[in-house]
Amino acid sequence: MTATASIGLSDLRSFLHGLPGVDKVGVESRAAALGTRSVKASAKASAIDLAIRMVDLTTLEGADTPGKVRALCAKGRRPDPADPSCPAVAAICVYPAMVPVAAAALAGSGVHLASVATAFPSGQAPLEVKLADTRAAVEAGADEIDMVISRGAFLAGEYNRVFDEIVAVKEASGAAHLKVILETGELATYDNVRRASWLAMLAGADFIKTSTGKVAVNATLPITLVMLEAVRDYRIAYNRQVGVKPAGGIKNTKDAIKYLVTINETVGDDWLSPDWFRFGASSLLNDLLMQRTRLTTGHYAGPDYFTLD
Amino acid sequence: MPKSARLAVRKTYKLFIGGAFPRSESGRTFVVNGDNAALASRKDARDAVLAARAAQPKWAGATAYNRGQVLYRIAEMLEARRREFTPFGVKADEMDATIDRWVWYAGWSDKIAQVTGGANPVAGPFFNISSPEPTGVVAVVAPPSLLGLVSVIAPAVVTGNTVVVLAPEAQTAITLAEVLATSDVPGGVVNILTGKYAETAPWLAAHADVNALDLTGVEHAELAAELERAAAGTLKRVIRPRPDADFTADPGLRPMTALLETKTVWHPKGE
Amino acid sequence: MFSYAPAPESRSVVEIASSYGLFIDGAFDPSKDGNVFKTVNPATEEVLAEVASAGSEDVDRAVDAARRAFQSWSTLPGSERAKYLFRIARIIQERSRELAVLESLDNGKPIKESRDVDLPLVAAHFFYYAGWADKLGYAGFGPDPKPLGVAGQIIPWNFPLLMLAWKIAPALATGNTVVLKPAETTPLSALFFADICRQAELPPGVVNIVTGAGDTGAYLVQHPDVNKVAFTGSTEVGREIARSVAGTGKRLTLELGGKAANIVFDDAPIDQAVEGIVSGIFFNQGHVCCAGSRLLVQESIAEELLFSLKRRMSTLRVGDPLDKNTDIGAINSAAQLARITELSEIGAQEGAERWSPECQLPDRGFWFAPTIFTGVTQAHRIAREEIFGPVLSVLTFRTPAEAVEKANNTPYGLSAGIWTEKGSRILAIAGKLRAGVVWANTFNKFDPASPFGGYKESGYGREGGRHGLEAYLA
Repeated sequence: MTATASIGLSDLRSFLHGLPGVDKVGVESRAAALGTRSVKASAKASAIDLAIRMVDLTTLEGADTPGKVRALCAKGRRPDPADPSCPAVAAICVYPAMVPVAAAALAGSGVHLASVATAFPSGQAPLEVKLADTRAAVEAGADEIDMVISRGAFLAGEYNRVFDEIVAVKEASGAAHLKVILETGELATYDNVRRASWLAMLAGADFIKTSTGKVAVNATLPITLVMLEAVRDYRIAYNRQVGVKPAGGIKNTKDAIKYLVTINETVGDDWLSPDWFRFGASSLLNDLLMQRTRLTTGHYAGPDYFTLD
Repeated sequence: MPKSARLAVRKTYKLFIGGAFPRSESGRTFVVNGDNAALASRKDARDAVLAARAAQPKWAGATAYNRGQVLYRIAEMLEARRREFTPFGVKADEMDATIDRWVWYAGWSDKIAQVTGGANPVAGPFFNISSPEPTGVVAVVAPPSLLGLVSVIAPAVVTGNTVVVLAPEAQTAITLAEVLATSDVPGGVVNILTGKYAETAPWLAAHADVNALDLTGVEHAELAAELERAAAGTLKRVIRPRPDADFTADPGLRPMTALLETKTVWHPKGE
Repeated sequence: MFSYAPAPESRSVVEIASSYGLFIDGAFDPSKDGNVFKTVNPATEEVLAEVASAGSEDVDRAVDAARRAFQSWSTLPGSERAKYLFRIARIIQERSRELAVLESLDNGKPIKESRDVDLPLVAAHFFYYAGWADKLGYAGFGPDPKPLGVAGQIIPWNFPLLMLAWKIAPALATGNTVVLKPAETTPLSALFFADICRQAELPPGVVNIVTGAGDTGAYLVQHPDVNKVAFTGSTEVGREIARSVAGTGKRLTLELGGKAANIVFDDAPIDQAVEGIVSGIFFNQGHVCCAGSRLLVQESIAEELLFSLKRRMSTLRVGDPLDKNTDIGAINSAAQLARITELSEIGAQEGAERWSPECQLPDRGFWFAPTIFTGVTQAHRIAREEIFGPVLSVLTFRTPAEAVEKANNTPYGLSAGIWTEKGSRILAIAGKLRAGVVWANTFNKFDPASPFGGYKESGYGREGGRHGLEAYLA
């Protein structure tokens, strides 16, 4: 907490508002340029494996059942049953109610178990409820907590309230890693994304995450670029590394590789690891697997050859 | 026998530099219609450029509305003092045209940017706008007539330039200078040198602090070519001689646009 | 480490003949005296083709052809001229991949730039001016503006096809005919353009391409039957041209050198400013007349900004122009490389601190690592002279007035950049900069609708937009 102690809470507003602005056209054209990198052959093969290892394989539906979650966990442990060289995903991400099921299914696999908490996705619940939600998930076996910030409070300028909530949830998370979901689609501007990123990091986030996947605009490359710049600058200022997780809307290998290129050319090697970068996704995994097969077999793959889960 | 005739007071026609009427630093004069006029030297030309340069930023920075007011004031003063030009052969219709020309140009001050500039529809998320700006200090070899003289000075100054004018007709030009001096024209905006332009023009054509050269009044093609070559040294904008110019005709925009630069500014459009 | 495997664009999309003649009156012919020169790929020093070198008689023949063609071209209804230009624009779009590869081969520029910048702008320029051809009476140059006649046009090697488009499109739209001389080191795309003119069935003589070196250009400029000279290139040559047309009555437009200031204030959007600095000086290997070659950074953020800039420069990929991931390609010629090297050495000798990221340069070809000099003052030659290469001089300032003063303290006046989040500051500074193009919170953006050209010794006249028509109308 040295980071948070070093800036007085009353200075939070002036600190956040003093961050350099983000020019929308400039950041979008930079992201587009990074998106034109051509990654072929061996570079592509290693990028696909890395991307698979970065996936937080996610199901966050009202219709989730133990059966569905068990199947997902099986898929996360062995994404391509036909190919043992295919790596496992980074984590399985579920609602708190499904954590006990997932914990059992993942036992001994090395695959992390993430749970959304804090009245996901809206965050519109009293703090005590959010903390209880968090503690329940951790107690049931989650080692990663994906919390949502109160966007309403952020947009109302109540930065201290958002800050305090993150601090409290961090404490409630105990040893579990805390990913802070900014819900960038609701923050609307890149300036807000940068400010919210810093706010979350200052409050102790281990990861900053773009989205819940439940609103119209989820992860985009330029939003992720702004967040990567934030974690890069934060590490320089406070000597602590924070991870980044774009979530929602990353559907195929081509997109995933654009993100890896962006990491590579913005923050570099240090973030090119599942410890520091995750994709919050569900359908992405199968496309990665199909492209992987295309590279190993030399012919195009078909969806019937990959599991639905 | 009447009382002895009163001896008239003669006037020396001096130079007009920086709003003042100095003699030539060279001390030289020449006689024109019985009066003495200053014969400008290269050092007078140098001083005039200094005065024009010093006045230029403020003149260009004045609001277009203000420049228009100043130019219209010149027309008012000309109208009031029109008879002063009669002795130099300026006929009534030329005088009318001269005054009307000032009025015409005065009105352009806050319109030329709208006619020659504007937003450009570029293919991207950018605001892009072009606007005219004065080129700076303009050296002018003026034609002899009053209408011609006004037709080269007015377009240069209404657009925010300042001028050093080499005027072949000393009395007409300096009488105009007296009008300017009693209008609201800031000192240095218009500077007028009299004498032999063939002697002073080469110094102005080669002067590195002059941005444009208007050769409208140059009569000899050889001299004009030589001046144009000298102007190439610092890539001055050049208006070439117009021996057949009809100054009574509609001048169009070219006398102004030739002394304007186009500046285009880009800015992204993002929230 | 995530390294990208080579991703070369296919060279086979372009077929380069072993030799090319002059394009005069709709046909390719050798030069009268049979002289030729070689054009090489600057990335490999491989000879791409032999090209005819036009002598005075060849230039005479080209001007004669253009004069004959002028009679009918200038009287053709504007709507018909427009359709020829639209045709040309379409063919360029359709052949853009081929032309992009060709341009990268002959010039050394990265394929991603020839593909994503040069070629789209070339086609857009023809589309833009095509639409003007039958609307000239509405352009603000009088109700019935007339073409000038034969235009002699000389273009540089940095954007060969784009500069051709900037010259030829407005000239043809206004009813002039042209004789164009491409640069000696990059003649090929102009010769391919000649083929496009034939494909478009443009009447013979309307466009003539004479290849050659400086002498060819001088013949063209001095030709008594040329009515209009348009030149893009160095200020030195521009000055010579201005002298040589003096007294002839030929109309002249010049687009010359620059030493643009890119001004970064302490409230700038820093990450985008760093991108803007990089694209300002390293785009097209810095072979850009409007390059932001002088970085003026507010002293209070200089250290932080330079740290970010160096970090960003370390990710620049220098190498094979045809690799889709290359950011900085080859220097266009041995002569240009020598000049960049010489001025950089002078910069170091004069006490500026030189820095380049580590990068492996290929063994063959002409290469120069992206370089910045810090501790530069206005007195250093590298702050005053156009280097025309990937070399940035960094200066600092304390106040807006000092920034403007330093920015304007040059005989050039082509472009400038401003980086600040404060709108009123942008408008005030933009108004004070003596430069024809001011990019605020962006840099090196071009568009056919946007007038381009310089103040002071950066030349006169504008290319692009409605303004660009004036250079070709009486």
